[in-house]
Amino acid sequence: MNAAQMFDQLEAHFGDAILETAEEKLPVVRVEAARLPDVAAYLKDSPGLDFDLFVSVTAVDYEDRFEVVYLLRSLKEGHTLVLKVQPDREDPVVPSLVSLWEGARLQEREVYDFFGICFADHPNLKRLFLWAEFPGYPLRKDFQYTASIPYSEPPGQEQAYNL
Amino acid sequence: MTDDRPEMPADEIPVEIRHNVFLTTVAKFVDPVYNWGRRWSMWPVMFGLACCAIEMICTVASRNDAARFGVEIMRASPRQADLMIVAGTVTEKMLPQVLRIYNQIAEPKYVLAMGNCAISGGPFAGSYSVVHGIDLYLPVDVYVPGCPPRPEALLQGVMQLQEKIKRQSILDVPWYNFGGEVDRTVALDKRRR
Repeated sequence: MNAAQMFDQLEAHFGDAILETAEEKLPVVRVEAARLPDVAAYLKDSPGLDFDLFVSVTAVDYEDRFEVVYLLRSLKEGHTLVLKVQPDREDPVVPSLVSLWEGARLQEREVYDFFGICFADHPNLKRLFLWAEFPGYPLRKDFQYTASIPYSEPPGQEQAYNL
Repeated sequence: MTDDRPEMPADEIPVEIRHNVFLTTVAKFVDPVYNWGRRWSMWPVMFGLACCAIEMICTVASRNDAARFGVEIMRASPRQADLMIVAGTVTEKMLPQVLRIYNQIAEPKYVLAMGNCAISGGPFAGSYSVVHGIDLYLPVDVYVPGCPPRPEALLQGVMQLQEKIKRQSILDVPWYNFGGEVDRTVALDKRRR
């Protein structure tokens, strides 16, 4: 299925929830954050679209807004789609897609770790690479630091250094 | 090596054997043999942090063959090693493990900071997650700059360390506590500068 057909099918089915479509190097669709699970489930399950592979999720900080970018691919049909949502900058919450694609589990945690974007209904939303006491979200544009931030161990799990 | 120690007065030795006696200190006698043995069997810990580790592997592999200089086998246990090659970027999260490995090495032990990251943070200096030089926490003996250093540079660093060991005396090195007992364990809260 080519990009124009994909856009037509999505717009016919979801109407105003599709905020923006563009055909760049890959077909791009921007949807309302609230409707994201519906659109994603439709993309995954409807014949002809069959987006069975969740390639990646990442985020962009444009200072006035966040943009969460999903890259979906269909191994059956051989086509790719970029799905975007723009959550609120002050309180960014996006529905989690773990219930649809298990591959989203770690990647959504990574986005949460670095951007502080919350994925509602994620089964285990906590820091992935950084430690729990890390102050702030380092890939945000307004993250302030003057030196490297020392690692702090979780209380009760101090390591013995002199073994 | 200190020479201001009182020596046995020469006139106590009978004249007939005076020319056959070699007057020296134990340290002067032991050091050359001891250092000779030590510097030709520097075994590093098998432990790499980033891309520098690839060059370190290349250094001990057949083409560059660090075994020629006694950097013989990468030991998989710090208990069996003498040398810690900090090969790569030390992140704040990795630092506790690095310090722990250092504490586990039996003395005498030496540290070689390989690559710009281990020396100063390198391209990541100013980052929120990278330690700005492992010498903040460890007593580094030799710095090998480069990004990453070539195997020849690492071999040169090892040879510099051997030069350093050659000049050491068992009286001056910290680990025999001739200068008094000092706690030499490293820890996150014991920064050196």
